[in-house]
Amino acid sequence: MGKKKDKNGKALRAVEAPKERHTFARNPGTALELDWVRDVRVNRSAVERRAKTLPGRRSVKKQWQAAWLVRAVQCMDLTTLSGDDTPGRVQRLCAKARQPVSPSLIAALGLGHVGLTTGAVCVYHEMVPTAVAALQGTDIPVAAVSTGFPHGLSPLKQRLKEIEASVAAGAKEIDIVITRAHLFTGNWQAMYDEMKAYREACGDAHVKAILATGDLNTLRNVAKASLVCMMAGADFIKTSTGKESVNATLPVSLVMVRMIRAYQERTGHIVGFKPAGGISSAKLALTYLALMKDELGDRWLQPDLFRFGASSLLGDIERQLEHFITGRYAAGYRHPMA
Amino acid sequence: MTNVADILETMEYGPAPEGDGPARAWLDAHEGRFGLYIGGRWVDPDTGKYFAAENPSSGETIAQLAQAGSRSIDDAVKAARAAQPAWAGLGGPGRARYLYALARLVQRHSRLLSVVETMDNGKPIRETRDIDVPLVARHFYHHAGWAQLFDQELPGMAPVGVVGQVIPWNFPLLMLAWKIAPAIAAGNAVVLKPAEFTSLSALLFAELCQKAGLPPGVVNIVTGDGSTGAALVEHEDVDKVAFTGSTEVGKIIRKATAGSGKHLTLELGGKSPFIVFADADLDSAVEGVVDAIWFNQGQVCCAGSRLLVQEEIAEAMIAKLKARMNNLRVGNPLDKCVDVGAIVAPVQVERIDELVQQGVKEGATLHQPQSAMPDKGCFYPPTLLTGVQPASTVAQEEIFGPVLVAMTFRTPDEAVALANNTKYGLAASVWSESINQALDVAPRIRAGVVWVNSTNMFDAACGFGGYRESGFGREGGIEGMHAYCEPAFVGQLPKYPDPEQPGAEQPGASYPGAVPPGGLPETGGGLDRTAKQYIGGKQARPDGGYSRSVLGPDGALVGEVAEGNRKDIRNAVEAARKQTSWPSATAHNRAQVLYYIAENLEARAQEFAGRIRAMTGASEDEAAAEVAASVRRLFSYGAWADKYEGRVHSPPLRNVTLAMHEPIGIVGVVCPDERPLLSFLSLVAPPIAMGNRVVVVPSERHPLAATDLYQVLDTSDLPGGVLNIVTGERAGLTKVLAGHDQVDALWYMGPDEAGSRTVQELSVGNMKRTWVADGRRRDWMNTQQGEGREFLREAVQVKNIWVPYGE
Repeated sequence: MGKKKDKNGKALRAVEAPKERHTFARNPGTALELDWVRDVRVNRSAVERRAKTLPGRRSVKKQWQAAWLVRAVQCMDLTTLSGDDTPGRVQRLCAKARQPVSPSLIAALGLGHVGLTTGAVCVYHEMVPTAVAALQGTDIPVAAVSTGFPHGLSPLKQRLKEIEASVAAGAKEIDIVITRAHLFTGNWQAMYDEMKAYREACGDAHVKAILATGDLNTLRNVAKASLVCMMAGADFIKTSTGKESVNATLPVSLVMVRMIRAYQERTGHIVGFKPAGGISSAKLALTYLALMKDELGDRWLQPDLFRFGASSLLGDIERQLEHFITGRYAAGYRHPMA
Repeated sequence: MTNVADILETMEYGPAPEGDGPARAWLDAHEGRFGLYIGGRWVDPDTGKYFAAENPSSGETIAQLAQAGSRSIDDAVKAARAAQPAWAGLGGPGRARYLYALARLVQRHSRLLSVVETMDNGKPIRETRDIDVPLVARHFYHHAGWAQLFDQELPGMAPVGVVGQVIPWNFPLLMLAWKIAPAIAAGNAVVLKPAEFTSLSALLFAELCQKAGLPPGVVNIVTGDGSTGAALVEHEDVDKVAFTGSTEVGKIIRKATAGSGKHLTLELGGKSPFIVFADADLDSAVEGVVDAIWFNQGQVCCAGSRLLVQEEIAEAMIAKLKARMNNLRVGNPLDKCVDVGAIVAPVQVERIDELVQQGVKEGATLHQPQSAMPDKGCFYPPTLLTGVQPASTVAQEEIFGPVLVAMTFRTPDEAVALANNTKYGLAASVWSESINQALDVAPRIRAGVVWVNSTNMFDAACGFGGYRESGFGREGGIEGMHAYCEPAFVGQLPKYPDPEQPGAEQPGASYPGAVPPGGLPETGGGLDRTAKQYIGGKQARPDGGYSRSVLGPDGALVGEVAEGNRKDIRNAVEAARKQTSWPSATAHNRAQVLYYIAENLEARAQEFAGRIRAMTGASEDEAAAEVAASVRRLFSYGAWADKYEGRVHSPPLRNVTLAMHEPIGIVGVVCPDERPLLSFLSLVAPPIAMGNRVVVVPSERHPLAATDLYQVLDTSDLPGGVLNIVTGERAGLTKVLAGHDQVDALWYMGPDEAGSRTVQELSVGNMKRTWVADGRRRDWMNTQQGEGREFLREAVQVKNIWVPYGE
C-alpha cells in the first residue's frame, strides 16, 4: 500500500496515543435513568454478524502484530482464582507479572526501555497481602475479587466489609459481581443501589463490575446491566467471573463496548472494559484489541481503559513473540511459567 | 522500517497483504494470455484480437483476453447444441455428480479463486474469501441437489436447450455460479460471457470444469466486449438468454430477443431502500449500512443505497454513521485489513463522481471520512449525502458506487411510499425491533428480496431477483430452476396455421362497424341486448362510441360488441389500479368468489353453449363440453387459490426466509379465438386466483362468450375492477396494453401475427413480464395444457423475506 495521504495530499501523521494513565476523571455515575434502561435495543443476529465478520476484517501482521501482542500483555490482569491457590502460587504469578516476557525477547523486540509488565495481578481477597508484597517496587496494581466471588450471594454487609478489607490490604482495584437476581426480577433500583454501595466502599480503588454475562442469557440483558452499573459509577464493566458456563464472547463484548460508547455520548463519562475468561489465544486477543480500536477508538487500547482477565493467554503470546523474533515455532516449556 | 516500539505508541494496523504468488504463477503458466473455452478446448478467437485485463487497484495489466467475434460465438453455440442432448440424457443423478465435483473443486481451489478475483475486480480479499467463493461452492452443492431430484421435484419439465448467459463485473465468479449451476443442473448447455473487465475467474472456472471431467460443450466460456455479448444474445440457436447487468443493457436485450421465442430472465439495477425505524438497534443498523452500501464498494445491484430514517432518530443515526465511516479502511484490496477496495475501472469512478457532484448541486450535503486514501489506483471514498429529497437525481438514479443518500420519513406508511417511489424493485432492508412493524412493512415493499434487520444476505436456496425495471426471473431456489426449464409438452405444441394459407379459414368473424362486408345480414327478432365494455365492475359505453359486428359461421349477425380503443384500455387499467382490496383479500375469499362464478355459470350452461354454437358452429356436444370444462376450470382455480402457497427456506444461519407468492399486480391478458369461453376463463382465472387484477381482451372473433359473462360476474361477488374486459381489435388493443407502464405483466395467447414480438418490444417501457404463445396452439380442453402450476407460476412473483431471529 502506498504512503497514506489525506485529501489535500499531505502525508498523514499518526496521533500519539496518550501515555499517562488516568487522564480523565473517574466515572462519577448518574442518577438511575430507567427510561434509558428500558429503551435499550439489541438485535442479536445483527450483533453476531458484526462479531463474526470482525476477525475477517482486521488482521495485524509482522512487527505490528508483535507490538499489538505486547500491548495485550500490558493490558492483562494476570489472574489466579482457584480454590487451591496458595501464597507460593501467587508469588509465582507476581514474578511473571513483573517479567511477563523473557528479557532476551524484550531486547530483540527493541523494548528494553518500556519496562514491560502486565496490567495488574488479580487474586482472591485472601491472597492480596501476598501479592502486594510480591509486587513491591513496581507499579503493578493488585486487583481483588471481593463481594463473595463468584456468586456474590453472601450477606451484603459482609460483601461491603470484604471490599473494605481488600482495599485496606492494598488492593488498588476491586472486581465485584452484580446480583443477577436483581436483573431477573427487574429490580434495577436494587442493582443500582448495590453497585453504588460497592463503589463507595472502594474509595479510591477502582471498581470493575462483573456482569456474569453467561448467566444473563440475552444480549439485551447484558446491555441493560452494563448501563445500570455505569450509572452507579463503575470504572470498568467486565464480562465474567470465569466461573460461568460461558465466559467472554465477542458478541457480548460488542454489546458492552457499544453501551460504553452510548454512555459516554450521553453523559461524557468514560468507562473501561474487561473481557474475562476464555481468551487464551494470541489471535483472539488481537481481535479484541481490534474491537476496542474500531468501536471505541485508540484511547481504549490503554490499560487504564482495557484489560484482559486471563491466565493462560500470556503463554501463547510469548510463543507468538518468539516466533516473530526467531521465525521458529516455539515450545511452551521454554518460557517460564506463571 | 517501522519498529515495534513506534507501533506500540501509535497502535496502527499496518499492512497485512495476502500473497499473490500462486495467482501470479497461474497467470504465468498461461503466459498471461487466454483463449476461449469452447467444446472443452482452449481455442483462439476468430478475430485474432486480444484485450488487456487490468488490476484496478494498481492499473497493472495482468493478462490478455481473447475478443470473441460472431464466428467464435457460433462455434460455442454449436458446441453447446451438440453437447446438450447427451447432457440432458445423462439424467439428473448423472448430472448431480458433476455439479458436486465442481462444488468440491471450488472449495479445494478457494484461495486461488479469491486472490484472482480480487486482483481482477478490486474487491477486498475478505469479501472474495469469506463471502463470494463460499457462496459459489454452496450454489453448486445446492444445485447438485436439484439435479439429483430433478425428476421428482420438477416432473414433466424439460431443459430449454442452449442458454446464452451474460454476467456483470461486480461479482464475477458468484454471478457465474448463479447462472451456470441451475442451467446445467436442469440439463441445459451454456455459453457464458463474463464481463469484459473481469473474466479471469471464469477462465479459471473453465479449468475446473476440465478437471471435473465435465463433458465438452456443456459449459463454454467466451470473453469479449459488448459486441461479443450482443452476438451471443442474438444468436439464432440460443433458446434462452440470462442476463445480469444494467437496466439499460437489459432493455436492449429485451428488444433484441423480442418475438424470437427465446426465454429471457433479467436481473438488473436497483435503488434499494434501507429503512430504519425509531425502535431499531441503531448501532446494528449502522453496521447494516456498512454491509449494504460499502460492501463491494457499493457496486452491488441490491445495495441499500437509499437510507430512509424515521425523523425522530435521524440525527442520532447520521451521527453514528459519520463516526463509523471514519473507521472504514480504504486501500489495497489484497490487504486483509481493508474494508473498501478499488472501483472496477476509471470510467466507473468518473460516473460515481459525476453523480455525487450532481447531488451536491441539487442541494445535498456531502460527507466523506477524513481517513487515508491510496494515492494511486481506482478508488472512491465512502460517501454519504444528506438532505436528499426524493426528487433529487441521486435519490432516483443508480450510482453503483459507495454512495449512500439519506432521507427521512414520519410514519410506516410514508416509509413504504418512499421505498416504493422508484422505477426499480430489487431489494430492501427493514430495521425494527418490533416484529409487528417489520413483518407489516416487509411485504408492502415492491421488491423481490426484503431483509429484516439484516442486509445483503444470499443463499442458493432462496430466490433472488426483482420487480419492475430491476428485471424478472429468480435465481436460486426452485423458482430459479423453473427459469431454466419448461413443461416438456410446450416444445411439441403445434403452430397455428398461417391464416393466408387455404384451409386455414375459421368459422365466424367480427368486423368493426354496424355493417359487415357483404351487407347487413338478417337478424333475429329478440329484444336487443347491448354488450358494452366491462370496466370497474360496471358496463361502460366504449369511448369511441363505435360497435363491432359479430357474425356466425353462416355469416349471420350474432350480436354486437363495443369497439374498444386506447382510452378504453386506459380506463380499464385505471379501474384495476383503483381496485386495492383484491390483492389483500384472503385466499379463502378469492376461492369462494371463483366457486361462485362457476356456480352461476353452470346455472346458465345451456345459454352459453348456445352462444358458442352460434358464434363458432360447434356441435351441441362440443359446445356443452366447453362450458362444462369452463366450470371445472373455475373450480380448479377456486381450489388452487388457497393452495399455491410459498415456502419457508432454511438457509445456513439462524433465520427463516419466507418465500411468498405475491400477485404481480395488474396483468393484461390477450385471448385466442379457439374455445372462446374456455380459453378466456383459463387465462383470467389463475391471475385472479392469485390476487392480481386483470385487464383482458377477449377473442376478437368470438367476443360474446366473454361479454355474456358480465351478468355472471355481477352476481358472483367479484369486486369491481378485479376483472376488466375490453372488446375490440386484438392487435391494436394489445399494443396499448404492452405499452402501458402501469400494467405489470402481459399474457399474449393465440395466433401470433407478429404479436409476440410487438408485445415484448413494447414491454421495455416498464420491463413488464411477458408470457407469449409464440404462435403455439394449446388444446384448452387438455388439463395439462390448459391449467395448473404453469399458469400459477406466471401469475405470481416470489418475494423472499429474510427474518433472522434470536433474542
